[in-house]
Amino acid sequence: MLDFPRWRVWMLNTLIVLGVLFAIPSVLPTHIRAQLAQFVPTPTINLGLDLAGGSHILLEADTSQLAETRLEALEDSVRTAMRRADPRIAISDVSRANGQLSFTVDSPTQIDAAREALLPLTSNATGSRDWNIGVNDGNRMILTPAGTGDETALDQAMDTAKDVIDRRINALGTLEPTIIRQGENRIVVQVPGLDDPEALKALIGKTAKLEFKLVDEQADPDQTAQGKARVGSQVLPYPDNPSGLPYIAVRRLGGISGDKLVKADPTFDPQTNEPAVTIQFDSEGGQKFARMTQQNVNKLFAIVLDGQVISAPQIREPIFGGVSQISGSFTTESANALSISLRSGALPVDLKIVEERSVGPDLGADSIRRGILAAVIGTTAILVLMFLVYGRFGMYANVALVINVAMILGVMAFANATLTLPGIAGFVLTIGAAVDANVLINERIREELKRGRRVVQAIEFGYKEASRAIFDANSTNVIAAVLLFIFGSGPIRGFAVVLMIGIVTSVFTAVTITRMWVSRWVKRTRPHELTI
Amino acid sequence: MKLLKVVPDDTNIDFLRWRTWAFGISLFLMVASVGLVAAKGLNFGVDFIGGQMIRATFTQSASAPVTELRETVAKLGYGDPTIQRFGAENQVSIRMKLPEGADKNPELANAMATKITDTLKAGHPDVRIDGVDSVSGKVSEELFSKGILALLAAMAGVSIYIWFRFEWQFGVGAIWSLVHDVTLTFGLFALTGWEFDLNIIAALLTIIGYSLNDTVVVYDRIRENLMKFRKMEMASLLNLSVNETLSRTVMTSVSISLPLIVLVLFGPDVIFGFSAAMAFGIVVGTYSSIYQAAPILIWLKVGSHSFVPTDEAGSKAERIIEGIES
Repeated sequence: MLDFPRWRVWMLNTLIVLGVLFAIPSVLPTHIRAQLAQFVPTPTINLGLDLAGGSHILLEADTSQLAETRLEALEDSVRTAMRRADPRIAISDVSRANGQLSFTVDSPTQIDAAREALLPLTSNATGSRDWNIGVNDGNRMILTPAGTGDETALDQAMDTAKDVIDRRINALGTLEPTIIRQGENRIVVQVPGLDDPEALKALIGKTAKLEFKLVDEQADPDQTAQGKARVGSQVLPYPDNPSGLPYIAVRRLGGISGDKLVKADPTFDPQTNEPAVTIQFDSEGGQKFARMTQQNVNKLFAIVLDGQVISAPQIREPIFGGVSQISGSFTTESANALSISLRSGALPVDLKIVEERSVGPDLGADSIRRGILAAVIGTTAILVLMFLVYGRFGMYANVALVINVAMILGVMAFANATLTLPGIAGFVLTIGAAVDANVLINERIREELKRGRRVVQAIEFGYKEASRAIFDANSTNVIAAVLLFIFGSGPIRGFAVVLMIGIVTSVFTAVTITRMWVSRWVKRTRPHELTI
Repeated sequence: MKLLKVVPDDTNIDFLRWRTWAFGISLFLMVASVGLVAAKGLNFGVDFIGGQMIRATFTQSASAPVTELRETVAKLGYGDPTIQRFGAENQVSIRMKLPEGADKNPELANAMATKITDTLKAGHPDVRIDGVDSVSGKVSEELFSKGILALLAAMAGVSIYIWFRFEWQFGVGAIWSLVHDVTLTFGLFALTGWEFDLNIIAALLTIIGYSLNDTVVVYDRIRENLMKFRKMEMASLLNLSVNETLSRTVMTSVSISLPLIVLVLFGPDVIFGFSAAMAFGIVVGTYSSIYQAAPILIWLKVGSHSFVPTDEAGSKAERIIEGIES
């Protein structure tokens, strides 16, 4: 057991050197590391947001709202298809209840024609069916979502949402965000080193769905105040309504959506000198906008953002060229944020912030300082104790312990792992486990000596007998760490990572490496007595 | 060189003599812990019940205006805040439970955090927001069930491991002492009212790992002695095993406690509960290995018949260890 072939000594030493080398960049000051990076690769440990400061934001999509949006879009295209059919198919009683779209074809003889016209709308690009078409009572058509239509739509919407968020955060400047999808309907946004998470939240949480709708000028203000609108109209909130009533009735149809923009910039209204946003439609959107303004000169149209009216100006003259100005009660910041949001496109689905964890850079720095201080004091105390109790063998254990710390850092850097605050605590625990292994071995050697074994034999027995308990103890810790990693969340996973790496490296350093040193010492000095 | 002895040679303490007493006291403490948790409840952090917590420093003030803050935040209409000093005199944490209507609007927790942040900034130009945590009801439920699941899975997982590596009685002893340690830690948190959050789950899992580590060392020695002294009476054999491993137990507990005590005293305030729970768990875990895990073997009738002296399990471990090394 104390026999170490030369190749094995070489291999072990190489592993130690590699581990320590990988650890070096992480402990160097940043500017030296940057210089070093020009010559050699410098893998470094990432600091978790709780140490580096920054924001972790979990967004969740409202799936029911997505289904509703899909139904709305379907209704629009069904209406258009029926109107454009030749001969035109008259429909009535359109309803979007219970997640399905149903309508009555006025003349039962046109059922087949209607079904024909619906076919292209209800299947997707891959040819599979998005909606099932059914007929009730001879002339009532019912469209229900088919198979995986909703899931596919959600999946696509989440992908798009992720891209949109990415574009929005990039517009903020030199941040390095991590944006990942999580589960079916969630997105995690992590931005390190952020001073003001509020600005970020305002930016990514906004759907930024812009619509232009005609104001229902015949609406009865009393009805509107009660939230009631006549057929074909709807009541929307309008907080800045000059009439004082925080609602306004708008026509459901005949508006256009503002998703076809090529530009959106913060500007100032030339008349009032207040912050505003100038938008420019693409050519298709520009034509629609021109047509809408042309047909409705002198009428009021409402500018609707995320279901809320921000202003309702009068169309004085047709607007050609597709450039329009949106004014409302903006501040410079909110005008800027809105133009970024509009430029990056609307989110295809409403996202809600369901979890936020933000840590200011000062608190993070304080945590690092005090965490490391505690780790250093604690470790030093262990080193002193080990030396006092086990002498030479304690020294071996101590050097192995220091190498162990370096190797954990090295492996973490190599694997690009993240160090969190609980991770530092994990370090402390790993150090404890490593010490325990040496304590077990050394106590066993003591015992064997006491039983009258000769030095070399006692050492051999010590390592052999102790390794059983060390193995069992570490196995159970591995089980706990793996479960922690699987079921844990956030920073706790950081703890599990350190624990898992630490268990492996601590067995390596505390058992294998110390045994190599002990065996060399035994071979060299051939001791007859051992103080331990 | 004269070396330090943490435990004198030939120590022979009759630990098992007090096993019935120890068991009774432990049982009482466990019942008391369950009672405390049931009666007083745990002071769950936002991780587990949702809501928001803001940490703020008033950089230009000697101490934080706690009374004024309480009024200002209460006026916002989300309910009464829990405001505590946090670290220095001018640092506070402001905690709010989920407001009404949060089950319908998951974004309310975050909206509340934003509102409070804005109010703080408007009223106190010197305020520095050090941290914001907001968790919606749904997410907190997930975190809670995930945490409990992790605890149960870890306890079951390691006990099954012990059962395979030793005998079923040892598995029962292991899970009993783990339940003991975890229950008492819950009791500590109910008693002190320290905040119980995700970090505490991590601490509990670590305690499970450590306590088991300790149990394994004692069990390993019991197994060894069972095969060596086949005629010895069980209580004496347990005493012998505990005494033989005593200096290791003391040495390791002291070594692990050292950094933990430092963490409790000087470590970041953010993980105070975490460090305190671990320090407590080390003590309880060491005690339970001696006074819970070991005596249970007597009651479960472990004896020399339990291990056929093939030493198969042991040699297997050595082979695996050697496999890892080479």
